[in-house]
Amino acid sequence: MEALNSLLQGFSVALSFTNIALMFAGVILGVIIGVLPGLGGANGVAILLPLTFSMAQTPGGQTSAIILLSCIYWGALFGGAITSILFNIPGEPWSVATTFDGYPLAQKGRAGTALTAAFTSSFVGAAVGVIVITFLSPIVAEFALEFGPPEFFGVYLLTFCAFVGMSKEAPFKTIVAMMLGFALAAVGTDTVTGTLRLTFGTATLLTGFDFLVAVIGLFGIGEILLTLEEGLEFKGASARINVKVVFETWRELPRYWITSLRSATIGCFMGIVPGGATPASFMSYGTAMRFSKDGEKFGSGVVEGVVAPETAAHAAGTSALLPMLTLGVPGSPTAAVLLGGLLIWGLEPGPLLFVEQKNFVWGLIASMYLGNVAGLIVVLTCVPLFAAILRIPFSVIAPIIIVICAIGSYTVHNATFDIYMMVVFGIIGYLFKKVRYPLAPLVLAVVLGDRAEASFRQAMLMSHGDMSIFFSNKLVGGLTSLALILLFWPMASGAVALLRNRLRRE
Amino acid sequence: MNPFTSVSRFGTLISAGAALLGAVTVPALAQGWQPTKTVEFIVPAGTGGGADQMARAIQGIVAKYNLMKQPMVVINKRGGSGAEGFLDVKSSKGDPHKIIITLSNLFTTPLATGVPFNWRDLTPVKMLALDEFVLWVNADTPYKSAKDYIAAVKKAGPGKMNMGGTGSKQEDQIITAAIEKRTGVKFTYIPFKGGGTVAVQLVGKHVNSSVNNPIEAVAHWRGGKLRPLCVFDTQRIPYKEKMTSTMSWHDIPTCKETGLDVNYLMLRGIFMAGGVTPDQVSYYINLLRKVRETSEWKALMAKGAFNQTSMEGQEYADWVAKAEAEHIALMKAAGFMAGQKK
Amino acid sequence: MSEANDKRAALGEKTAELVIAGFTFVLGAIVAFDSWRLGARWVEDGPQTGYFPFYVGLIICFASIVNFVTALLAGKKGRAFVKVGQLKLVLSVLVPSAVYVGLVGWLGIYVPSILYIASFMLWLGKYPWWKALLVSVGTSVFFYSVFELWFQVPLPKGPIESLLGIA
Repeated sequence: MEALNSLLQGFSVALSFTNIALMFAGVILGVIIGVLPGLGGANGVAILLPLTFSMAQTPGGQTSAIILLSCIYWGALFGGAITSILFNIPGEPWSVATTFDGYPLAQKGRAGTALTAAFTSSFVGAAVGVIVITFLSPIVAEFALEFGPPEFFGVYLLTFCAFVGMSKEAPFKTIVAMMLGFALAAVGTDTVTGTLRLTFGTATLLTGFDFLVAVIGLFGIGEILLTLEEGLEFKGASARINVKVVFETWRELPRYWITSLRSATIGCFMGIVPGGATPASFMSYGTAMRFSKDGEKFGSGVVEGVVAPETAAHAAGTSALLPMLTLGVPGSPTAAVLLGGLLIWGLEPGPLLFVEQKNFVWGLIASMYLGNVAGLIVVLTCVPLFAAILRIPFSVIAPIIIVICAIGSYTVHNATFDIYMMVVFGIIGYLFKKVRYPLAPLVLAVVLGDRAEASFRQAMLMSHGDMSIFFSNKLVGGLTSLALILLFWPMASGAVALLRNRLRRE
Repeated sequence: MNPFTSVSRFGTLISAGAALLGAVTVPALAQGWQPTKTVEFIVPAGTGGGADQMARAIQGIVAKYNLMKQPMVVINKRGGSGAEGFLDVKSSKGDPHKIIITLSNLFTTPLATGVPFNWRDLTPVKMLALDEFVLWVNADTPYKSAKDYIAAVKKAGPGKMNMGGTGSKQEDQIITAAIEKRTGVKFTYIPFKGGGTVAVQLVGKHVNSSVNNPIEAVAHWRGGKLRPLCVFDTQRIPYKEKMTSTMSWHDIPTCKETGLDVNYLMLRGIFMAGGVTPDQVSYYINLLRKVRETSEWKALMAKGAFNQTSMEGQEYADWVAKAEAEHIALMKAAGFMAGQKK
Repeated sequence: MSEANDKRAALGEKTAELVIAGFTFVLGAIVAFDSWRLGARWVEDGPQTGYFPFYVGLIICFASIVNFVTALLAGKKGRAFVKVGQLKLVLSVLVPSAVYVGLVGWLGIYVPSILYIASFMLWLGKYPWWKALLVSVGTSVFFYSVFELWFQVPLPKGPIESLLGIA
């Protein structure tokens, strides 16, 4: 009950008129950042840091400053889903999985439903994340310490295994797509030995292929090219634009409570570890597809396929703030900049933050509750506005989207080369889609490839090349076993089905 | 005559007067060069690391005290162990609107990867501080001194104890190699992506020790999770404020005192592109001098237990040249040079 | 061109499958080759730098061969990968986009964006010139304000911005 008292105290700190105004300002700014692929939460936070310096010096100002910054973070989390659903372009890495069902829904004219489902699930995920932070923070922080290189590899392996095998395309096409993703992820500096790989002596390849460039090209540009075959218009333009759609979607959502719960659990786990919001969204989508009654329909535009990744991404994004505060390890680049902010204001993230800066910490946690509510209100009221974007004629919005994509690709590394790569990826995305090579495994491999390899090799250094390290304790053994079970699940269930068929025939 | 023009004329007069006054009080600012557009502050490392934190602190201080008319933006270019950032500045020859903060990868990256750049392609501006390195172990372990720990490593046998560090063939691994050379022990070096991660891995007992910078590990030290054994400097850290109930930074012995004769300091300095004018360099020297006088900067120095040595001009260039020679020697000895077989 | 001609296949699906399998094979081979150069063995302290990429490359090559053979054996020769009419539409956007991207390297992002959006609206959308001008210039000005002024994210700029003194 001590947590509850502290939280109430926190609410009294956070609930001032200025702070609530800052919350809405932060959320709106964050949504803009989330929508434009060229801007990340890191940009928004970085730009406001100087402003918050002077804020942090007034009494209680530190709390106001962090409220402003963390609300940008919420806004960006919400905003990432918008372009994923409307144009198949993920504004942020963690909304890639949202495109899988969100975009088909929009094409069917149900953009409003998809947006409402995405925003509401985000809210639910974040709420679960905050509750975990509120009541379990000491236990959870200790748990994160259990994770060394083999455990991280276990987590990544689990993500892959949850996701592969769900592709309906030819297995060898899936393999090619996934392996190409790994190859792309390997380009650049090898983190373990510091040597350059697959750069062929060029300076442009030093930085490797960024995930966002690949995704913007493969999904965004590729999709525009595909749409073009049908003529110069977007499908789904006939979307009903009406606030009523929010309430209709809400009536449907409780049906997916199991998926929500599972996704929130996955998200919190991945956030605390910290494995990150992006793998969390993929893992959650994969498991939802596997365990849902409507698993077959995933990918063709079902609401459940939007609920799963969005809930997990937000639960992860939120609970990732816990290791940041207690251990000083940021779970994302945005969190890293937030962390920089804390340090500059003279707050020191670490085990003592909860003891020494009680008011600040609980003010922040309280602001998470409030900021999340503020975010939901802002984005839900804008659903009709967002859906209306689809009504803009194709020949106006398409070039603008391509310009946005170009800006987004450029800003990743400030490199014009990435804009060229975006077009190349766009062509590849178009061709692959047409001959039915799945793109999702490729993207997942680009995201996780180098991280998985780095943890594998760190683990191998620790064990001197002994593979048994992946079963050396309960935690890593459990993760690895779970991953293997998930991997072989489709084969096992396939074998069972085959056997049953044969028996029936006899 | 339009009233607005007269107002604006009057405004010009005032500002001209102010400039004149300024010329009297701060000669260095009013005469000579000033930035005419946004200044890009390149960080050849990722977000959240030591260099990034320092760059963002400088950006914040400059903005807060309005030290520069034009905005300053921090841009991270971490690709290829920082080569991306250095190559960018190298290729912007003569561009006075770009400055870069360095860490040891100024020397180590070209040596280890063979990427073609050298600090001589850049113009040294000012050394801001030197970053200390401390040998840390988990507080639950029995090692009370560097001597105890090295003895234990020796006893465990070659490669049995893990040293966690940031990156590969960079400062942390160089220090590890230097320790190995002095004492004859052999660690298994495990590279991680960032210093904060290394500290957490040490708290979680996934590695046996680390050579984290003070700022990366201080929170865990204060939380009673880590124990500092010695600092890799010739003198003790001067900050005497108590960090834990019993210890201050000054209470950590130097490694040399405990019989481990290894010293290493990391440059936190500012460079510009090659081919810039002396006027432009002195503008940034002045700017950074002002930054160093602020209370925010002093707080950052104390928090990170930085060695506050600072140099400019020829003295700085000579220091960098010497440091480069030391790095070549250290890296050669460790077998970290590009194309060198271990 | 006639309506019938537009519905003719510009490229057979089989050909496309074969070309793509060949393309991925070449990529796989390049990856495997360069990784072997770096060292791709399993040494005492685990895999070397090129170990994973090397096998990734090999797997790509192998799977590409399977895909190639599958496509060769499959009898769906007649199906169109893309029809002439479709291809024309796709190229009518792809080619200007490629030109646009090429121009960005030279002129910065703002001026080519104006040209690109305006020409897209004029030719494909058949809008009057003043509307095209309004939207294209408006978009560039908007992005300039958001990125350069508000968030201080520098985007590529070219000689024209230098002339205007905003580079």
